[in-house]
Amino acid sequence: MTEFTPLSALAGGMMIGLSAVLLMLWEGRIAGISGIVGRLLPPYGDKGVKSRLGFVLGLVAAPLIFAVFGAPVAQTVSSSLPLMTVAGLLVGFGSVWGNGCTSGHGVCGLARLSLRSAVATCVFMAVAIATVFLVRHVLGA
Amino acid sequence: MSFAVNLALGLLFGAGLIVAGMADPAKVLNFLDLAGTWDPSLAFVMGGAVLVAFLGYRLVLRRRAPVAAPRFQLPERRDIDSRVVAGPALFGLGWGLAGYCPGPALTALGLGATGTLTFVPAMIAGMALARLAGERRRPS
Repeated sequence: MTEFTPLSALAGGMMIGLSAVLLMLWEGRIAGISGIVGRLLPPYGDKGVKSRLGFVLGLVAAPLIFAVFGAPVAQTVSSSLPLMTVAGLLVGFGSVWGNGCTSGHGVCGLARLSLRSAVATCVFMAVAIATVFLVRHVLGA
Repeated sequence: MSFAVNLALGLLFGAGLIVAGMADPAKVLNFLDLAGTWDPSLAFVMGGAVLVAFLGYRLVLRRRAPVAAPRFQLPERRDIDSRVVAGPALFGLGWGLAGYCPGPALTALGLGATGTLTFVPAMIAGMALARLAGERRRPS
């Protein structure tokens, strides 16, 4: 069980949206995490490596803000090595192969009313829901 | 300058993920668990983010160009090809197994959970594979 937290969810979502809007204002780019990280890997096609590196470092450094204010970040993460390895490979490969993840397609793409992103979002939501159903209610893990 | 601005925007994005509860895979998995311990919170994350981005993009894209680049770089493709279905399908499978998508996994890296420290290198390897495979058979 996790508690239903609509207000903090909405506030956090709006911060994510604001970051995406400001990135568009500054760089003229979509705030898609898989795109930003993926393009830090070869083959290199364009400029903006320094900007992308800055964004990723900010993302990684975010828990520091909460540490400074003494606000603990609670989380429950599976520590299964095979599960997390397979899941990581799938998430990394799939998000770059499909040109976007929850941020690029799910937030920025939907905000731009892109049909391509709407299809992508429906597919990953449906598959993720089916996966959790299978793992929790059929396999009973 | 661009580095500093991007760093700040990355921080804002990551802080948003943490405030929203997305850095906790348990919360994400419960959102996906419609038939069990369903926690609808993440619908509000998505809703808030899409709403702000929808309205903000409308304002920003009235400009002729962004502040620090010569032009806006928006995805122009509109076709539904196999990659935009197969990619999200593989991604959704991994997301449903771990409860992590790329942003929250990177943001949670510093929290130091064993599972995150396993997930992130595998994710980066997966991204590198897709980059290489995509380059080898780029259609046009």
